[in-house]
Amino acid sequence: MDASAEGQVTHAEHRDYAGAKLGMWIFVFTELVLFGGLFIAYSVYREMHPHDFHHASGELNVTLGVINTLVLLTSSLTMVLSIVAIRLRRKGQSMLFLGSTMLLGCIFLVNKFFEWRAKFHHGLYPGSEHLMARPPGERLFFGLYFGMTGLHGLHVTVGVTVMAFMMALLRKDRIRHDDFIKLENTGLYWHLVDVIWIFLLPLFYLAA
Amino acid sequence: MSTAVAQALPLPHSEPSFYDQSKRQGILAWLLTTDHKRIAILYLISLVTFFLVGMTLGVFMRLEQLTMGPTIMKPTTYNALFTLHGVIMIFLFVIPGLPAVFGNFCLPLMIGAKDVAFPRLNLLSWYLFMAGAAIAITSLFTGGGPPDTGWSFYVPYSVTTSTNVTLAVLGAFVIGFSSILTGLNFITTIHRMRAKGMNWMRMPLFPWALYATAWVQVLATPILGITLLLIILERLFHLGIFDPAIGGDPILYQHLFWTYSHPAVYIMIIPAMGAISEIIPTFAHRTIFGYRMIVYSSMAIAGVGSLVWAHHMFTSGMADTAVIVFSLLTFLVAIPSAIKVFNWVATLYKGSVELRPPMLFALAFIFLFSIGGLTGLFQGALAVNVHLHDTYFIVGHFHYVMFGGTGFAFFAALHYWYPKMFGRMYKERTAIVAWAHIFVGFNLLYFTFLVMGVQGMPRRYYDHLPRFHTGHQIATVGSWIMVAGLLMMVINLVRGLFRKTTVPANPWGGVTLEWTVPSPPPVENFEVLPTITEPPYTFNPPAKEQA
Repeated sequence: MDASAEGQVTHAEHRDYAGAKLGMWIFVFTELVLFGGLFIAYSVYREMHPHDFHHASGELNVTLGVINTLVLLTSSLTMVLSIVAIRLRRKGQSMLFLGSTMLLGCIFLVNKFFEWRAKFHHGLYPGSEHLMARPPGERLFFGLYFGMTGLHGLHVTVGVTVMAFMMALLRKDRIRHDDFIKLENTGLYWHLVDVIWIFLLPLFYLAA
Repeated sequence: MSTAVAQALPLPHSEPSFYDQSKRQGILAWLLTTDHKRIAILYLISLVTFFLVGMTLGVFMRLEQLTMGPTIMKPTTYNALFTLHGVIMIFLFVIPGLPAVFGNFCLPLMIGAKDVAFPRLNLLSWYLFMAGAAIAITSLFTGGGPPDTGWSFYVPYSVTTSTNVTLAVLGAFVIGFSSILTGLNFITTIHRMRAKGMNWMRMPLFPWALYATAWVQVLATPILGITLLLIILERLFHLGIFDPAIGGDPILYQHLFWTYSHPAVYIMIIPAMGAISEIIPTFAHRTIFGYRMIVYSSMAIAGVGSLVWAHHMFTSGMADTAVIVFSLLTFLVAIPSAIKVFNWVATLYKGSVELRPPMLFALAFIFLFSIGGLTGLFQGALAVNVHLHDTYFIVGHFHYVMFGGTGFAFFAALHYWYPKMFGRMYKERTAIVAWAHIFVGFNLLYFTFLVMGVQGMPRRYYDHLPRFHTGHQIATVGSWIMVAGLLMMVINLVRGLFRKTTVPANPWGGVTLEWTVPSPPPVENFEVLPTITEPPYTFNPPAKEQA
């Protein structure tokens, strides 16, 4: 490994793209492991209660789930386009695409909100009397559903917030065609959020 | 607090050290610093403070056990004390321990870099650590009172108890995040910032140990994160994932908890082993024996150590097949640790051993860690485990590893790098007297635990039977001797800061890179970044170019 070149500069100017990306990838790994704990819980309980999971899954709104998947996948595309645009020195375009990504992220959250609200209306939430009257596997299914989509939704919120900061940096030319690692790392994070959702969709919505 | 350190060190050198140079003045020079050396000192002050608090709680517990029946507190207080003692010592002292203090200070110096890869992230780690600590401390005085679950927060009790578990767990979660960021920072630093010519097999052993540790931190800590998060969700929203009343399985909690918390003991011990691997060759004046094997065994411990967690659960009722597999893996993980012990001992052979304070602590480490490691094997054996589970034997064992191992290595490292960090020297004679007290008191205290454990004394009990009375009294007297030694050590180190004599760049005759720069080092560490042409620990020709 060559470290000498960037080592010559002082603290403040130290800039190492490969290093910054390596750090981000490691962080992405930690996020995967974080969700990994929940995926393990899911697999254990699905193995224990296959029929309950199957039955409970039928109550989720597949249409909303698929729409949200399309929304997130599109947002990953606009994220990539935003990075490409800034590399081609098209600041306006980059901001437009980043804004679209944020908008799509928000649409996802709004959809999620309506979905959750419908579940609450039906009395399908952890600790509710209605749910406690059902078999244990279904209770666990909805416990995991709210836990995992909730944690994922939190990540979407964090992602959109980070993008708002990136937008400000873009506007102030702190992210430029020759210095876009922050935007690229934000993109990495956003793709992670996307990938996790791609696993959540079949596990919850398509298990029926 | 930190300014006191700065005032104690008025310009010892013609060349300005990192204490003298900062963009900001006063306390802000510390609180907003991104210099890895200043951050290390912030950690040092925080950790020593937490250690002293945890130690005090331990002393109270020993006082309670001095007599049968109530001595100085109520049983509920005792429950809170062992929980707090565990949480503070584990999450606030031993886990951050060597990486946060000596890793931060020495890693860039030892690999010939000017700082870590992400200096601002490094400062953020310290703030997260302090925030987590503050949250944990707040949990003591608010809500339903201090948590009484033990540091492992086992469900279902942790979900049903009215004490303030939610906040304490949130504190541990935030501290875990700090640990992840430090690990991430170190991995990137080691990959990207080694000096020219320092290939992997020319890297000193402490950075190697930090590297192995960092991977465990990064890969295991998120599991703790999700586990603790689930406790909070269970308490607030009753998801039911661990609640048998809803359909969940408490054993799953134990699996998830130990999937992190067993690797966490390697987060605690691997850097300790790394520091010992630095100290032994310096004071034996001889190259380390089996450099490559020490490197490989660090990585092996990190790898195999991630696969042994369920040996904490032999009596939990999990499948017999799993029990046997985990027992086998537990025995396997002892091999790389033993390799290191043999390598250190072999390094001493035909060396010219100099018994100065860091070396004494290091030798005590080898002795105590060996006892800790071997008693661990007792518990890996299935039949014996059933007898020893939840007894004082376990408490004795992990104090031998955590305190006799990591704690002694921390003190060894502190005495070893103290002159580099502060440009001053403590009184060596006092340090040796303190060491002797700690060593004797330690064995009196914890060896008695081992014996009482075999005889059947259960852990976490407020009271004891008459037949354990003598043992408890011996242990309590041991704790007094040990605490006397610890206080002597801390006072000696603090007073050393105010002594007038300064120290040269290389007071011990070490050969790793940190000894080539002035004590204390300048802000930029190296005027010219070094180029490495030979393996570390090359003592022949002896101690070249002493600055």
